[in-house]
Amino acid sequence: MNQGDKAVGGKSLQLILARELASNLATPMFLIDARGMLVFYNDAAALLIGKPFAELGEIPAEEFGAVLDMKTPDGGPLRRRDTPAGIAFFERRPAHTTLAARGYDGVQRLVHNTAYPLFGTSDEMHGVVSVFWQVAAAQDDA
Amino acid sequence: MQARVWGCRGSVAAPGPETVKYGGNTSCVEVRLSSGQVLVLDAGTGMRPLGVELTANGCPEIHILLSHLHLDHLQGLGFFRPLFDPNLEIHIWGPPSPVQPLSERIAMYLSPPLFPVHLDDVPAHLTFHDATEDVVAIGSATMRSGSVLHQGPTVGYRIEEDGLSLAYVPDHEPSLGPSLATSEPEWMSGYDIARGADVLFHDAQYRDHEYRDHVGWGHSALADTVQFASKAGVENLVLFHHDPYHTDAELETLLTEARQIWPWADDQICLASEGMTIALDGAGVRLAFG
Repeated sequence: MNQGDKAVGGKSLQLILARELASNLATPMFLIDARGMLVFYNDAAALLIGKPFAELGEIPAEEFGAVLDMKTPDGGPLRRRDTPAGIAFFERRPAHTTLAARGYDGVQRLVHNTAYPLFGTSDEMHGVVSVFWQVAAAQDDA
Repeated sequence: MQARVWGCRGSVAAPGPETVKYGGNTSCVEVRLSSGQVLVLDAGTGMRPLGVELTANGCPEIHILLSHLHLDHLQGLGFFRPLFDPNLEIHIWGPPSPVQPLSERIAMYLSPPLFPVHLDDVPAHLTFHDATEDVVAIGSATMRSGSVLHQGPTVGYRIEEDGLSLAYVPDHEPSLGPSLATSEPEWMSGYDIARGADVLFHDAQYRDHEYRDHVGWGHSALADTVQFASKAGVENLVLFHHDPYHTDAELETLLTEARQIWPWADDQICLASEGMTIALDGAGVRLAFG
């Protein structure tokens, strides 16, 4: 009896259930899988991002993070691995902060952001859930 | 490999004249590999007669693959004769838990007062394994599992040998996830296990009108089963985990309804029945009804 690679193909049940939850929430929610791909965000998040997920499709979270141009609330630099989603993914722990992010519509928004890793029953990580709450009116500096 | 159904009833054993054709024993499917090992899919009451046969004919290595620990998938374990053979090595696989090892969870049933013998005291040498997504080689085959939507930790299994695959998802309610009709297949619960399988045993407990009163109970409506299997590109669908209230006649009505919506040939969808065998080998897939 030998153990080898995992199969690659369908989404894990944990991600499927998280997506189903996100689809039924009015709170913006993003899902990143264990490979670091942004695999879903809900309609509420699309309002913040300025583009529906169906239009964007799956992309590497790193690439997506670059688009969001995240900064500290006072406009300082914020490394992507220091964002809540970055901490949840790389350090495998929950994190929360307030940050500024820009959507595809060019609008910068101040948001609270909480992210946490999704662990399965044998402690394997399936991805990250990242939830946003807008805390200030949009500032169009485009 | 060759599969044989020893029990295909869901929820609780349902013996009697109205279920004699498809059988009343709960979930148990034997899969005999060409290299001789026997994989036992679930330990429902169908496991008792399987144990009689294995004791009579011998078997070098037994792997019991538990989809989950509901009683209809576990009740036969205490009556499985090979468990009482001190010369046998038996591997038991089941869904992992973050709080309690598989052996302790099984022992909640296999111990007094629910059962006279404690699991620790059975004579056979037992080894317990968490069923994960890792591919495991057993003899001439590989086996892997994947979590699926049901109540509590539950997995489906996929066994592959010589390029042919058998998938087993006996308890599954995929419609609790994203819409089966509109979502991409990869977002369906169980897709990774069932994808392109030559044979899929799948939950088909409820006719569609019955399902409306059982949403969230962990089982499939017939239309969801058919949609799941066809989107997963399954070659042959075996309707499994029959409702204990369904008589033989009602099951045949269910099959007629299934064939009306199944997109492929009628002989690629059937009802599981006790004694049926499925050979998967170089000659292809051949079903025979006992």
